[in-house]
Amino acid sequence: MKRFDYMRPLSVADAVSAYKPGAAYLGGGTNLLDLMKIGVMQPETLIDLGRIAELEAIEMLPDGGARIGALVKNSDLAYDRAFAAAFPMVAEAILAGASGQLRNAATVGGNLMQKTRCTYFQDPHSPCNRREPGTGCAAREGDNANLAVLGWSDACIATNPSDMCVPLAALGAVIEVQGPAGKRDIPIANFHFLPGDQPENETALQPGELVVAIRLPAEAAAFARNARYLKVRERTSFAFALVSVAAALQIEGGRITEARLALGAVAAKPWRVTAAEELLAGQAPTAEAFARAADALLQGARPSGENGYKIELARRAIVRALQMSAAGTPKRMPALPASSFAEEVSHV
Amino acid sequence: MSETVTMPMRFGSNSGQSVTRRDGIAKVTGRATYAADNHPDGMLYAVYVPATIARGRVTHLDTAAAEAHPGVVEVFTPKNRPPVVGDPDKKPFMFAIPIEVLQDDTVRYAMQPIALVVGETLEAATEGARLLNPQYEIEPARTGFDAEPARRAASGPFGRPAEVVHGDTEAGLSRAKQTLDVTYDTPAQYHNAMEPHAIVAKWDGDRLEIDTPNQAIVLSRGFYAYYFGIPAENILIRSPYLGGGFGSKAVPYSPLVLAIAAARKLDRPVKLAMTRAQMFGPVGHRGATRQRLRIGIDGDAQMTALDHVSTAIVDSFDSSFPEPAANASQGLYNASSLHSLMMIVHNDIGVPGAMRAPGEASGSAALECAIDEMAEKAGIDPLEFRLKNYADVEPGTGKPYSSKALRECYAEGAKRFGWAGRPIAPRQMVDDKGFLTGWGMGTALFGAPMFAAQARAILRPDGTGLVETAAADMGQGAWTALAQIAADSLGLPLDKVEFRSGSSDLPDGGVAGGSGHTATAGGALHAAGTDAIRRLGEIAAADPQSPLFGTGNQGFVARDGRLYAARDESRSEAYADIIARAGGQEIEGKGSAARPPEDAERHAMYSHGAVFAEVKIDPVLFQMRVTRLVGAFAAGRIINPKLAESQLMGGMIWGISFALHEEARFDKRTGRIMNTDLAGYHIPVNADVQRLEVITVHEDDPYVNPLGIKGVGEIGVTGTVGAIANAIWHATGRRVRRFPIRIEDLLLQQ
Ligand SMILES: Cc1cc2nc3c(=O)[nH]c(=O)nc-3n(C[C@H](O)[C@H](O)[C@H](O)COP(=O)(O)OP(=O)(O)OC[C@H]3O[C@@H](n4cnc5c(N)ncnc54)[C@H](O)[C@@H]3O)c2cc1C
Ligand code: SF4
Repeated sequence: MKRFDYMRPLSVADAVSAYKPGAAYLGGGTNLLDLMKIGVMQPETLIDLGRIAELEAIEMLPDGGARIGALVKNSDLAYDRAFAAAFPMVAEAILAGASGQLRNAATVGGNLMQKTRCTYFQDPHSPCNRREPGTGCAAREGDNANLAVLGWSDACIATNPSDMCVPLAALGAVIEVQGPAGKRDIPIANFHFLPGDQPENETALQPGELVVAIRLPAEAAAFARNARYLKVRERTSFAFALVSVAAALQIEGGRITEARLALGAVAAKPWRVTAAEELLAGQAPTAEAFARAADALLQGARPSGENGYKIELARRAIVRALQMSAAGTPKRMPALPASSFAEEVSHV
Repeated sequence: MSETVTMPMRFGSNSGQSVTRRDGIAKVTGRATYAADNHPDGMLYAVYVPATIARGRVTHLDTAAAEAHPGVVEVFTPKNRPPVVGDPDKKPFMFAIPIEVLQDDTVRYAMQPIALVVGETLEAATEGARLLNPQYEIEPARTGFDAEPARRAASGPFGRPAEVVHGDTEAGLSRAKQTLDVTYDTPAQYHNAMEPHAIVAKWDGDRLEIDTPNQAIVLSRGFYAYYFGIPAENILIRSPYLGGGFGSKAVPYSPLVLAIAAARKLDRPVKLAMTRAQMFGPVGHRGATRQRLRIGIDGDAQMTALDHVSTAIVDSFDSSFPEPAANASQGLYNASSLHSLMMIVHNDIGVPGAMRAPGEASGSAALECAIDEMAEKAGIDPLEFRLKNYADVEPGTGKPYSSKALRECYAEGAKRFGWAGRPIAPRQMVDDKGFLTGWGMGTALFGAPMFAAQARAILRPDGTGLVETAAADMGQGAWTALAQIAADSLGLPLDKVEFRSGSSDLPDGGVAGGSGHTATAGGALHAAGTDAIRRLGEIAAADPQSPLFGTGNQGFVARDGRLYAARDESRSEAYADIIARAGGQEIEGKGSAARPPEDAERHAMYSHGAVFAEVKIDPVLFQMRVTRLVGAFAAGRIINPKLAESQLMGGMIWGISFALHEEARFDKRTGRIMNTDLAGYHIPVNADVQRLEVITVHEDDPYVNPLGIKGVGEIGVTGTVGAIANAIWHATGRRVRRFPIRIEDLLLQQ
């Protein structure tokens, strides 16, 4: 493993001023350290955010929104009662990701910033435009069964693997960042980039900027009664999604007044199309209405390789997630969060 | 020909008990040391550089960069390879494979060692290895079944023939009333024991000590002696605990030999611990197969032909291990003609090898699905179909089975599962939550081999015992089950017997493989204990002061530290008293075990079982779950029911893995495996394993070995895969003829 410097600043300001090109911020390390061990990422300096107390708070805001420090552990957020009550599908999505041990170590900032699981990206010996611009995309003609069906380009067909980001995108979260040029807010819709012809540009973060917090707007809490996350995967647990859906509704008098919908594991960013949500407004929560929304959300989907099945799977998952959400948020977190096998109830 | 049959003896009070794993506490508290936990003084760390192409030549290694890295001690490449005496391209022994120890610059598979970097720290060696930045002359990799036309294998693994013919299957098929012709694919699977291979090697002159997990300790000592040109007695292998073996830790592999060679050259102890990714290449795997099965039945649903041709992908330079899948069709169903044939296709991969239930796992997966398909065509229940074709003697050979309680397994398994009343047609059952529900079954079969082993048993002056054999505990519980056998043979309670094992300076405990370890090492221990007791009896019977004086011709019963006259239990004496009067010298017994070839000729010997599976499948998303597995197994005498059930459960979980999860995913262009970590190479997690029930059916087998032990280590995998696939068909009406079965397969077959 390449030698690197290690620093552990105590404030965001110190972290930012410690930054220089070639440095990387370290959260829980569950993604970054793995990539360093296999030589995919080789920072000269690791700036460990782990001791910055100001990044550790979960604040339920007076207006009903929430502000989550970047260093909050995935588990701590999902198990925070007030947060999970207000934003149940975010909690459900987090608990559907990785494993208990990983969630205990992983931070929400790191989750937001995690790299694609494209196996060629994770292999320094394969051509990969995202890792090494201009080298080509090994996945295009390779093992791409779980890669993108939306928003991909000839340069890159990778997906964003995060579960947490999918409901965050549906709910219009805002990312607070701070860098050498000060603080700014980035709506999550603009945070992750589609590959275009520069897949190496993964997020809107500028050099030296770090994620300080994630904010959920007050209006997002209005969906708490009908909000579900559904994750289709090849194992019952501890597997990345083939397709996932965050679906949230507001239902009054048997009619949907507002809907939020986003797809995961199909593109380089959580996939949200507001037109699909608008189609649902004013409709009764029926399978037909849900199918129309699914079609709208999947507009333009096309296989990037041997992954056409994901389009049909996504269509079905969208309808199912909307049905689950229409049926109401369960009172307690299912033992198998986000699973279609949700018969048992967990202890939390 | 008449033969005298002695029923297996009644054993003492230790065998048959569910004794808890004796090494359990040491393991969960971290006190059990595994190979990589050893740190002899002055130890260096070795990291091997894996080839990142599948075929070609290494043209350049940046040795200057690696050598310049702080902490790097030595960079070994073909130009300065550490000496290996035995020819690495030869196969000195059965089971040996050609190994790559930098003898030249060719690359024959991805992950092959192409250089070795040794450093003062693991980090230094790792970075040195990365800095070598190999350049290659690449040749196109041969990947998959289409790489070349399949050809006949020269022979099967384990010295078995590539082809077995009993009768004329073509004729059997043409006279059949109904026929089936199906092809099933199984993927390459890689042993992913919790503990990847590791070695710590230390030389002292021409004496070698190694700590390494090993399933065949004394056998391996011979291999290492060959590679390093020293007498086997000069080598000490310590292998007290293995974090799983599954067949991949029986013979030395290239990285291990390289580490020993480096230690000798540098005259310092060297440790090499393989990474997870490196497990996908030089240390064996279960080869991919494509299996064509043709079955014919007459009007009575009796099989007129069973024809099984399995094509296995093998490496390009050894080809000695075509996954023997077609074997699975020998020995089980009473078809009037039987044919099995192994074919091969060469790929640029590492040498395949034995992986838990080699042959049978893949073969039975395809066979049990084909049987289900045939039963469907015949319109009869698959259990009834199997019973109609039940073999009372081994089909083809006509040999009697040494024992076969398969009917009982079918009956007890079916009863416990609730098989009766299962609708024959698929897609009939939906549970209260709307999940498609399916029930399927498969027959489990695995041979009951026995190898050769020796043991020593000592009765100490204080009346306690010491037994020794170089057995291997891979987690299956040898430390416990073998000690139970030894204690019974010595007529002592378990806590009065010290058991030494896992080291090559002990008598050869044989190979922990083929599900034959308890029978083999246990047999040797039993013989040694019996021998010690016999000697003790001789002393007592000749001693006028002993109550046992003169009872020698009636034999003795040894129980709880006392020796009793066999026909007069009022006459007895404690071991310690007998030994004390005889001068206080410990009494040593020696024993060995092996199956006489005549015995193997006379009977067909197998463990049997029946596995029943329930799956639930989302009717829209097709996510699958195995909600219930019941396995009933007949495997001879069960020494420790708890451990045996754990083994059988572990096998059944592997069956879930095979059916739904495990697969090495090759890049077809480069021949490299792309999912070389456990995030990408799926095995079941807890949530995938729901209700699992194991029944062991009583079986007395007077022929397999004196103890009547068969084996439980591998059979659990065999029936389970087919049972699950058949349940998936029963739930959905869809036959997926490719493993693992994925959501995509069910979705697209709509
Ligand atoms: C086996 C396995 C299975 C997994 N399964 C899933 C799954 O099913 N679903 C899922 O969603 N995820 C899954 N994950 C990914 C997991 O969620 C991420 O690894 C984790 O969220 C990353 O968080 P971290 O704090 O450990 O980040 P780190 O590893 O510390 O960092 C990740 C990246 O974020 C950057 N970074 C970290 N914090 C900040 C910050 N505050 N500001 C700017 N940049 C920052 C780092 O520089 C790095 O590039 C899995 C991971 C593993 C290893
Ligand atoms: S899909 Fe993107 S990440 Fe994957 S190899 Fe291609 S460029 Fe790299």
